[in-house]
Amino acid sequence: MLRLSSGDWWTVGFSLWTAALATLLILPFGIAGGWLFARKNWPGKSFAETILTLPLVLPPVATGLILLQLLGRRGTLGRFIHDTLGTEIIFTWKAVVLAMAVMAFPLMLRGVRMAFESVNPRFEQVASTLGASDLRIFFTITLPLSFRGVIGGTVLGFARALGEFGATILVAGNIPHRTTTLSISIYNAIQLGHDNHAYKLLIVAGLLSFCALGISEYFTRRNAQ
Amino acid sequence: MKLSFQEILLPLHGMNLELDLCLEGNVTGIFGPTGAGKTSLIEIIAGLRKPSQGKIFLNDTILSDASEKVFLPARSRRVGYVPQDFALFPHKTVKENIHYGVKPGTPRISPETVCEILEISALLDRKPDTLSGGERQRVAFARALASDPTILLFDEPLSNLDYTLKQRIIPYLLRIRDEFKIPILYVTHSSEEVMALCDEAVILKAGKVILQGKPRDLFVKSDIPYYLPRNSFIPQEQDPASPTRPS
Repeated sequence: MLRLSSGDWWTVGFSLWTAALATLLILPFGIAGGWLFARKNWPGKSFAETILTLPLVLPPVATGLILLQLLGRRGTLGRFIHDTLGTEIIFTWKAVVLAMAVMAFPLMLRGVRMAFESVNPRFEQVASTLGASDLRIFFTITLPLSFRGVIGGTVLGFARALGEFGATILVAGNIPHRTTTLSISIYNAIQLGHDNHAYKLLIVAGLLSFCALGISEYFTRRNAQ
Repeated sequence: MKLSFQEILLPLHGMNLELDLCLEGNVTGIFGPTGAGKTSLIEIIAGLRKPSQGKIFLNDTILSDASEKVFLPARSRRVGYVPQDFALFPHKTVKENIHYGVKPGTPRISPETVCEILEISALLDRKPDTLSGGERQRVAFARALASDPTILLFDEPLSNLDYTLKQRIIPYLLRIRDEFKIPILYVTHSSEEVMALCDEAVILKAGKVILQGKPRDLFVKSDIPYYLPRNSFIPQEQDPASPTRPS
């Protein structure tokens, strides 16, 4: 049977809350970005889209390396954060959240953008002729009409964050009970030759991903109807 | 009220549009075949489309001036726009749709009066997808009217309705014209609707004004084919026995 140790449960819980935090962190940017890409034309739009989609196709380890360079003590961002906030990012749970956020963002952005694009722009145009501001139109027309698609995109981002491995291991390391996620635990179990343990974790990861994808698919389909 | 267009270039047409419309509580028809630029013109007036060149004035107010990069956004134009597909907000009730554009304070046109005149007071709690085509049409008119517009822009509002429904909607349009005295720009490709509703008409072809004047004069004088069926919905007093010309 699927009997997990307390350490495994910690890993599952840690993976879930870091993935949830990463998703919450990128949600406002995903919504704002999705709207900007779906509804506005601006200079550099294609370039920005390419840059933001890059983590989707770049090897995760390469993305991790870029993050390591940026967030390390000698990195521009890492030094700034250390000097101003007095905190370290690399090899902490914060690095896990950041790596997950960066890797999940392109998928969320894509899902949210498609949700906004599925709304007939005529509704927004009519709302503007009725005197509504862009912000009011967004919150009263665009978002309610694309809500299910936005949820679908968000859950898809969460699923991607949950499965993140390459970038996380590079910027957060593999420190038991500090930065070990479910994916890293599977890797550890295989490395140590504990195949049965790895399969148990695989089943848990599979179930979580299946549920997340199912929810995402459900909401995305409901939005399209 | 005067609406002037100076050297406006309609999308897909290489012609400069020059047009002056005098709108005083009457209905002005913009008539022309598909692709004449009617919808583009009405969207430019509504502020939904930015002309790449030329100027538009509403009285002394500049709505758009491409050379000076002036463009009054749609939300500031106070136009009541009814598109061809009505575009009722599907997630809102009829009441929420109608109240969407109502300004705070005491509106000059009360939504309740509008609902009474258009006979939709019984529909207020319903969602648009439960309404018939004619009911949706009247709700779209009511929503545009309740926003207290200075001008109403109707883009082929009857084109999606069958003949019987058209006959039922025409009296409501006449009632809007007579009760609210708000100038109406009425886009259509139906000569019958122009004759039934409009006091003035502009005939557009390939992005250019080819004729402007009283509907009957235009259709009789021009070589533009028009068609009025025997059971036309044109009220008798507007249609003294004159021969009809088949298209």
